Amino acid sequence: MITGNGLTSAYNFAFIDENTKKEIRRKLLKAIAVPGYQVPYSSPEMPIARGWGTGGLHVTLAVIGRGDTLKVIDQGSDASVNACSLRQFIHKMTGCRTTVDTAEATLIQTRHRIPEEILTPQQILVFQVPQPEVLRTVERLEDRTRQMHAEADYSRMWVSLYESYVRFGSLMRGAGYPVKVNGRYLMSPSPIPRWDVPNLNDARCLYLFGAGREKRLYAIPPHTRVEPLEFEDVRFRVEEWGNTTCAYSQQGDAFLDEIYENEQVKKFVVNDSNFLDKLRSGPRPPQRLFRNPE
Amino acid sequence: MTPPDNSNGWLLRVRGLTRIYGEPDERSVARTGPRAATNICPETGAIVACADIGFDLYPGEVLGVVGESGSGKSTLVQLLYFDQGASAGEVYFKPIEEGAKNLLALTSQRKRYVRNHLFGMVYQNPRDGLNFSFSAGGNIAEKLIMAGQFHVGKMRDRARGLLSQTEAPAQRMDSTPRTFSGGMQQRVQISKAIANHPPLLFLDEVTSGLDVSVQAKVLDMIRHIQTELGISMIVVSHDLGVIRMLTDRTIVLKHGRIVEAGLTDQILQDPQHAYTQLLVSSLL
Repeated sequence: MITGNGLTSAYNFAFIDENTKKEIRRKLLKAIAVPGYQVPYSSPEMPIARGWGTGGLHVTLAVIGRGDTLKVIDQGSDASVNACSLRQFIHKMTGCRTTVDTAEATLIQTRHRIPEEILTPQQILVFQVPQPEVLRTVERLEDRTRQMHAEADYSRMWVSLYESYVRFGSLMRGAGYPVKVNGRYLMSPSPIPRWDVPNLNDARCLYLFGAGREKRLYAIPPHTRVEPLEFEDVRFRVEEWGNTTCAYSQQGDAFLDEIYENEQVKKFVVNDSNFLDKLRSGPRPPQRLFRNPE
Repeated sequence: MTPPDNSNGWLLRVRGLTRIYGEPDERSVARTGPRAATNICPETGAIVACADIGFDLYPGEVLGVVGESGSGKSTLVQLLYFDQGASAGEVYFKPIEEGAKNLLALTSQRKRYVRNHLFGMVYQNPRDGLNFSFSAGGNIAEKLIMAGQFHVGKMRDRARGLLSQTEAPAQRMDSTPRTFSGGMQQRVQISKAIANHPPLLFLDEVTSGLDVSVQAKVLDMIRHIQTELGISMIVVSHDLGVIRMLTDRTIVLKHGRIVEAGLTDQILQDPQHAYTQLLVSSLL
């Protein structure tokens, strides 16, 4: 519950006023009804700067209820400054329980990662999105990209993948690999690594995306077909580390971070901090793994 | 509306095609044209870029559109290729519902389909037809992807074949056309335009920016491709040499109107309209 001085008690539950929450929820319903379609929304002012997760925060605050348990992840970690600040803010404004345990959370706000542990139908994953327009890399004009979405004209994105193959010999794209949602809209999965992209397909949980600066929301409802763009002979591949395993858990099959201990020695560590904790303390949590095509 | 008669087997039928810029009134078309010696309406200032253009194009035929600058010839192909919207008129095309549907009334999605699958366009400036941030092969691949080809190996084979067909350097298919000479850029543009075997190809002043020897080679290549593929073409040019070399029939535009139409040889040998006579006599 909101406590303390008279100032904080002047704020509504979850900071945003009810009318604005209603507007965001309506836009979210529309986004869920048209998977992958970017819905414009009001993007009200927040006490953090745009570009620091306001879109994710709007979505989280609009859908959070008193019974929710919240987890905030930043690049796989619960402990970064951004994750801590957002978690504390949401806790202060709602009084909701917070956790670092992926399985325990009902609502997870994330930046740049999907948790390794498989998410359940009871969970919602909220993404902070810096650039919602997947076609921005190939077309800088907004009215043109809207026209391209309306006509499902994605040939230019395909050509940019072709060019990446010609130049680098593979479909290189570090983060934000373009995906086709429900056979219709091309969508940016936000800057998650390719490793996480297959987890978007036919998932059990609900994925919500908020881009505060760009004022766009979009969504992937549970059990939706989400396909990364790939050619018949040049296939989508997730990152590979060969036989390298995590320096702390001695296990592989997870997204690994490369960490330099000093200028000579580097090691690899499981990026998802809660997953790493569980690997070290008990049985391996359930996970969906994607195998690269031969 | 009754579907247009197609007993004589036309591929493309154009009727009453009109494009007016500005704010015309109902008499703007009547106040302009060759007899008024202007295409700017003196009352309203509206520009009648082309008005009441009508012709039939038959399969495998090459139609020339000739006229001086500002006569409306580029506007005409841009209207047909949906680069801009027409003010009035009807365009029927055999592959679309057996020529029963006015193309200008199609939805933008259908227009895109027609553009990508059934039409090819070669612009005077290669920058209009090619994306210089992609490689030459990528530009051709774009057209193939539009037609549903998603196999990189096959796309590259096809692009290589097309580039050698147009005598462009196939070994340079992975460099951007920015690094190509003007003639080579035009060859890449033509490769892209014919990549999907379109039944109809538009050529808008394709050789105008090239020097004379390259011009001759490119024209030769276009004629070769035309006979090989049996593709129909609409060739826009101010150059009667190009028209003579490529086309079977010609329409002559002046101030946005057709002033003469007929077999190319006939028009060049025995021009009837005073303007055509002037054009022919001024040929170097």
